[in-house]
Amino acid sequence: MSSDGVDNSRRRFLTAGTVVVGAIGTAAVAVPFLKSWSPSAKARSAGAPVEADISKLEPGQQIIVKWRGKPIWVVRRDSNALATLSKVVGELRDVESNESIQPDYAKNEQRSRKPEYLIVEGICTHLGCSPTYRPEITADFQGGFFCPCHGSTFDFAGRVYSGVPAPTNLTIPPHYYINDGLILIGEDGVA
Amino acid sequence: MTDKSSNEGLLGWIDARFPLTKMWDEHLAKYYAPKNFNFWYFFGSLALLVLVLQIVTGIFLTMHYKPDGDLAFISVEHIMRDVDWGWLIRYLHSTGASAFFIVVYLHMFRGLMYGSYQKPRELIWLFGMFIFLALMAEAFMGYLLPWGQMSYWGAQVIISLFGAIPVVGDDITLWIRGDFVIADATLNRFFALHVIAVPLVLLMLVVMHIIALHEVGSNNPDGVEIKKHKDENGIPLDGIPFHPYYSVKDLVGVVVFLILFSVVVFFMPEMGGYFLEHANFIPANPFKTPEHIAPVWYFTPFYAILRAIPHKLSGVIAMFAAIAVLFVLPWLDRGKVHSVRYRSNAFRWLLIMLVISFVGLGYLGALPVSEIRTYFAQLFTIGYFGFFVGIWWISKNENTKPVPERVQ
Repeated sequence: MSSDGVDNSRRRFLTAGTVVVGAIGTAAVAVPFLKSWSPSAKARSAGAPVEADISKLEPGQQIIVKWRGKPIWVVRRDSNALATLSKVVGELRDVESNESIQPDYAKNEQRSRKPEYLIVEGICTHLGCSPTYRPEITADFQGGFFCPCHGSTFDFAGRVYSGVPAPTNLTIPPHYYINDGLILIGEDGVA
Repeated sequence: MTDKSSNEGLLGWIDARFPLTKMWDEHLAKYYAPKNFNFWYFFGSLALLVLVLQIVTGIFLTMHYKPDGDLAFISVEHIMRDVDWGWLIRYLHSTGASAFFIVVYLHMFRGLMYGSYQKPRELIWLFGMFIFLALMAEAFMGYLLPWGQMSYWGAQVIISLFGAIPVVGDDITLWIRGDFVIADATLNRFFALHVIAVPLVLLMLVVMHIIALHEVGSNNPDGVEIKKHKDENGIPLDGIPFHPYYSVKDLVGVVVFLILFSVVVFFMPEMGGYFLEHANFIPANPFKTPEHIAPVWYFTPFYAILRAIPHKLSGVIAMFAAIAVLFVLPWLDRGKVHSVRYRSNAFRWLLIMLVISFVGLGYLGALPVSEIRTYFAQLFTIGYFGFFVGIWWISKNENTKPVPERVQ
């Protein structure tokens, strides 16, 4: 093939144009494939709110409710447990819950709507393990939750201690009281 | 001889249409490897053997396995109890996974010891590192498939690592899982990646690794270039054809390997909880994390680094850096001498420190956390990264011994 009279700048322009258009096309085709990994409509609809019956919960007890596939703990704290909340303040990383996720009505010392009941996502903010409930108050540990995976500790309000891997307090899901013995997890309700 | 045979008969017919004899010669019969390969040179061919084993056993497992959140655990038990010889195929596959890492770690150590990553073999090392990465992805995703407690919570922890990325972290973890927690969607996509996507990448990388190796030629325990001294036919004086010399030698390695491998498969397939963890015989339960969760042994060194640092993002960065730093090793080592035989004592001490740190981290990563163990894990983490800092430091003006011209 003769290369006489080749307009190189024209050729470069066409080559670059083909590459750019081809790249945009490829990127556009990649979108549906990448999007297919997002939670499906079915998974999203399974995020609907769930009710939990707390009328039979004794002081100190914990029940676990499933919401969006996650364990949600409902803990009825007794007066001893509530008393520890102000004692441990100096040892916590995020006392005011400024860095943590919770609805506004749970951004208080008890991190709950009613001081007695803690409703919290049972998933460690470090790497997603489910901590265990440790209601015993001892000299070493003022009670709360302990994550077996990497040793993070939380107080009775799900607030993280400092010096452990978990960066923030446990997440409080939206919830409200339908009546004294029944809560709905997943919706804020009317204040 | 090849000229004659390539013109006539079936082989000649094929050779005129496909470079069969040419490829055979290039990669086996006329690939000249240094004559002084030792014990450490078994592990490359063994890795290839285990790869084939994993692919064959894997194909047969998919014929009985069901990638479904409700059925996966039961289908594995079905393979173990109901399928004729199913237990053997599964134990071959699960033991093969651990064997793969043993062989690959020894293969990598050989590379460190004899400078096989140094110029001109940087690309071989890089392809090898990508193989290592693909292998870790493959093993991680494969471990979710039995859908036991350890499968579930191990995946939960590792996927949550991406949540440490600022701003977009939570969206990325949601995207990887395809649900708000590890669920059926996650299991299904991990199955697809484990049986199709990653093996294809792995095979391609292995081919590139070998092509790059055969282009440059093998290193050897003396770390001298055999191509510097060739006879009148252009054949390296210190080289011998891979086939039959090393194919037969490797066969000895294969026999010994298979004996040890069979002992594990038949007598201790769980390896005391290291190859198959006890908690994985309990079906996945999203509400209850096992009291002690640890990754399978081959991930424990990196896991220990993650735990050693009591800060989420820094821990994740350190863990990924521990792997990333291996990629740049050819450029960190500024030394010209390849083999540990002729390198300085400082290099030997660094290598010893690396091995102790790596094994130490691996040991600690399998145990529950405690204060003293975290302290040691931090020490070993420093030792691990210290190797890479140290090798950069000492290799500038290293006190090396004279390197012989030819293989000793």
